[in-house]
Amino acid sequence: MEAVSNPNIVENVNLLLAVLIPLFGSLVVMNLKNNPNLREFVSSCSSILLFIIVLSFIPSLKEGKILQYEVFSLLPGLSVTLRADGFSMIFALVASSLWTIAVFYSMGYMRAHDEPCQTRFNACFALAIFGAIGVALSDNLFTMYLFYEIVSVCTYPLVAHHQDEESYSGARKYIIYLTSTAKFFLLPAIVLIYVLTGTLDFPHNILTGIIPSDAKSWVVILLYVFCIFGFAKNGVMPFHHWLPGAMVAPTPVSALLHAVAVVKVGVFCTTRTMLYVFGLDTMNALNLGIPTAYFVGFTIIAASIIALSKDNLKARLAYSTVSQLSYIIMGVALLTPHAIDGGLIHIVNHAFSKITLFFCAGAIYIAAHKKYISEMSGLGRTMPFTFGAFAIASLSMIGAPPVAGFVTKWNLLVGSMEAHQVGILLILIASTVLNVGYFAPVTYKAFFGKRPEGEPETGIKEAPLSMLIPILIAVTISVIIGIFPGFMMQFVQMVTG
Amino acid sequence: MDVLANLNGGFPLLSFLIFFPLAGSLVLFVYPKETFAKYWTLAVTIITALMSLGLLFGFDRTSTKYQFAELHTWIPQFNINYVVGVDGISILLVILTTFIMPFCVLASWKYISKRVTAFMFCLLIMETSMVGVFVALDFILFYVLWEFMLIPMYLLIAIWGGPRKVYASIKFFLYTLAGSVLLLVAIIALYMKNGSFFIPDMMWNEYSMVFQVLVFLAFFLAFAIKVPMFPVHTWLPAAHVEAPTAGSVILASILLKMGTYGMLRFCLPITPDASLLLAPYILWLSIAGIIYGGFTALAQHDMKKLIAYSSVGHMGFVTLGIFVFNAQGIQGAIMQMINHGVTTGALFLCVGMIYERTHSRELRLATGVGKFMPWYVTFLVFFCLSSFGFPGTNSFIGEFLVLAGTFRENEILALAAIPGAVLAAAYMLRMLQKIVWGGTDNPDQSYLTDLNIREIVTLAPFLLFVFWIGLGPEPFMNLMDASVQQLVDQLGQWQQHQHVATLLLP
Repeated sequence: MEAVSNPNIVENVNLLLAVLIPLFGSLVVMNLKNNPNLREFVSSCSSILLFIIVLSFIPSLKEGKILQYEVFSLLPGLSVTLRADGFSMIFALVASSLWTIAVFYSMGYMRAHDEPCQTRFNACFALAIFGAIGVALSDNLFTMYLFYEIVSVCTYPLVAHHQDEESYSGARKYIIYLTSTAKFFLLPAIVLIYVLTGTLDFPHNILTGIIPSDAKSWVVILLYVFCIFGFAKNGVMPFHHWLPGAMVAPTPVSALLHAVAVVKVGVFCTTRTMLYVFGLDTMNALNLGIPTAYFVGFTIIAASIIALSKDNLKARLAYSTVSQLSYIIMGVALLTPHAIDGGLIHIVNHAFSKITLFFCAGAIYIAAHKKYISEMSGLGRTMPFTFGAFAIASLSMIGAPPVAGFVTKWNLLVGSMEAHQVGILLILIASTVLNVGYFAPVTYKAFFGKRPEGEPETGIKEAPLSMLIPILIAVTISVIIGIFPGFMMQFVQMVTG
Repeated sequence: MDVLANLNGGFPLLSFLIFFPLAGSLVLFVYPKETFAKYWTLAVTIITALMSLGLLFGFDRTSTKYQFAELHTWIPQFNINYVVGVDGISILLVILTTFIMPFCVLASWKYISKRVTAFMFCLLIMETSMVGVFVALDFILFYVLWEFMLIPMYLLIAIWGGPRKVYASIKFFLYTLAGSVLLLVAIIALYMKNGSFFIPDMMWNEYSMVFQVLVFLAFFLAFAIKVPMFPVHTWLPAAHVEAPTAGSVILASILLKMGTYGMLRFCLPITPDASLLLAPYILWLSIAGIIYGGFTALAQHDMKKLIAYSSVGHMGFVTLGIFVFNAQGIQGAIMQMINHGVTTGALFLCVGMIYERTHSRELRLATGVGKFMPWYVTFLVFFCLSSFGFPGTNSFIGEFLVLAGTFRENEILALAAIPGAVLAAAYMLRMLQKIVWGGTDNPDQSYLTDLNIREIVTLAPFLLFVFWIGLGPEPFMNLMDASVQQLVDQLGQWQQHQHVATLLLP
């Protein structure tokens, strides 16, 4: 309906292409079981192609246009439609660019580690990106839900990759948490929103939402709560257990999926729903923002404390992710311009920094076969690049200038003051201290700690270049977007106006 | 008879659909060679299916009348006629029936090794009676076909069934027969009031409340057993488990739909007051069925039983949609009937294919086949996803509409149905995980061969419909729109009229 009235909406078939590239990439990969080199070539080509297509949307967006493409029309107000606006670009750019980097990294990791079933791995990897890009480019709640579920199902084989007891139990937890929350909370929420409004299409501003103003307030609050918990990929407690459980997956999976694609799908959906389904007006009218901020504040602090207690590096990173994801929701929930900016830009900042950290964890595992932080003493001296990158990325997590995380923290702090919430300010400060608490010792021990007694001096060197280069690229980008946040900020500002 | 459109005009398509399989079955008497019987039955069912497409071309989507109508005098002494016609409610079910049948033949190609000709004969007369039930507009014609259907179905289970086939077939027969006896009483009672067996004549008449309730209960028991609704569902798992693949597919895809079709066609228009009065109980019974079916399916180790109990849950959604009495609910219910036919039929075919290889329906013995049967599990993944209402697949549309209709009626009721959806995801993903991946102690499956061309041809059309209905349901919805809208409007007017009547009473 709006498409007719709004001259800024342009139909663009490239949106469909963006979604289809990873899908077809995956189909081709499935049939290249006997030719690993060609298979990896196809993966990398599709990732680069996808990145280029996503970049090609930027000029039109800068002209103030919004791209849209209807793929299937199911019922009145219920369709599979794609859209590119500022908000979708934030995530689409992150997912597509990091897929490119991750493809190269996983090639190195999987081959160095001689993992089984690499074809299945590559195919499902591409399918997961198919889902993530679909979520990023979705124009309505139904399309988003569709791709959200595709991500859940397609990542199961990645988590269960090793096919042993541990990975089956991790994967079981993963799929149970994600599908049951989606069915239990999201499905009724979506149906009820459709019944209330007759449409599921997102509006083109963050103020109005689609919930009619005369809807009963208890129903709206119920819907809101359902949407927060329904997108359990956002890692908000108490439905966060799937994330540490999923760490049994090979590290490239943890890196791309559990620092970028899967978890960001969760927060992206949550924030998209908060801003575009409920809208600032409804959120303000029903006073939903501040309680949400405090609620996720609990996750920030609790997950950080749990992270402190973990000796397994990947587990520590997982809990750090749980905590950092809530920053994004908290920022949006504060409902002030700076806070929303800070929250949304953290989708980007956290992605680049956290993927670096996971990449490093994988490199350490491949080079030194070490998973536990306590075993890593002195390792920094033999693997200076890996641990150097780790140090920089953890500074970003902590929020120190000039790395990306600083931009987030600055905006969030300003935003919380705008909202006059001293409590939130204290949560942010406490969380920063905790971040230092669990990240600093890793770097410190690696560079200045003593090598464990009796361990031979030689034998450990840096991970292969195909892993090291992606690490360095990711960490460099983390620094660049810390010093020049403008490029990504422009999309965030398209959202907040 | 003004409800019949284009009476006796043109080619008698519906009679063709009814009698062509019957005529085909007679040929098998003359020439009972087994290979011939297979090809012949396949040809007959395919021709019937293709001819049924004629319904789509000639169907007036804006009309609420019974179309392709035919009327011939049968037993004039009792005013019994041969009257057939389709409207928006039945047309999809007729086409579903004719299209399922060729696949039942294909699924039995290897599976049935003894008395093949007799088996094919049963399939053909099954088709005659099933199509007949959906298009009959005379109550006696309906009842005769309804009862007649039991015989070939009984034989399918009792002769070609599994180890407990005698128990299962007798249980099936007794349950359905018990329901049908009361149905006959109700039909005769209605005849006494109206002097006619013509079904549309009986609709929207002023009957006393007591009469309506009694007739409704008689109808409802017969149909609820067929659906089957909790708690009269116990014949279903037994019958499904023991029946051969084709039998299970016919049971799940078509026979179960007759119960819900009956509720739409008879309960609502003939006894509207009783329907309105008793609806809350039926709605909660549906919820009970949804939840009960889900939990029981979750506990099954036998794949066929699992799918059988999932049917109890899915059909609970259908009855839920019917008895919320709004357009979305009823559209959703009809969609769900078609979807369940497609998806569950396909799932039974899938289980049958495993059974042909492992000779077991035990989930434990079918674990970890993904590695050796990639094509098979690809199909299975989509059918399982469809079965629990994955967005973008057919079942989502049905469930979505039913839930939307229910939310309009009563929020609490709709929320109560949600755990059923969660359970559906749980048991389907459990089965899928076990078959595709299994655990660390899978039995050796390396002897398994992947699907052959015949099997792929059998499954592919189902997959097509899973996505077609899931992503473009409009052509299907258009067929039923007018009829459903009319049913809901009439029900609404009736309710208002009754309300006014009570106000006018002194």
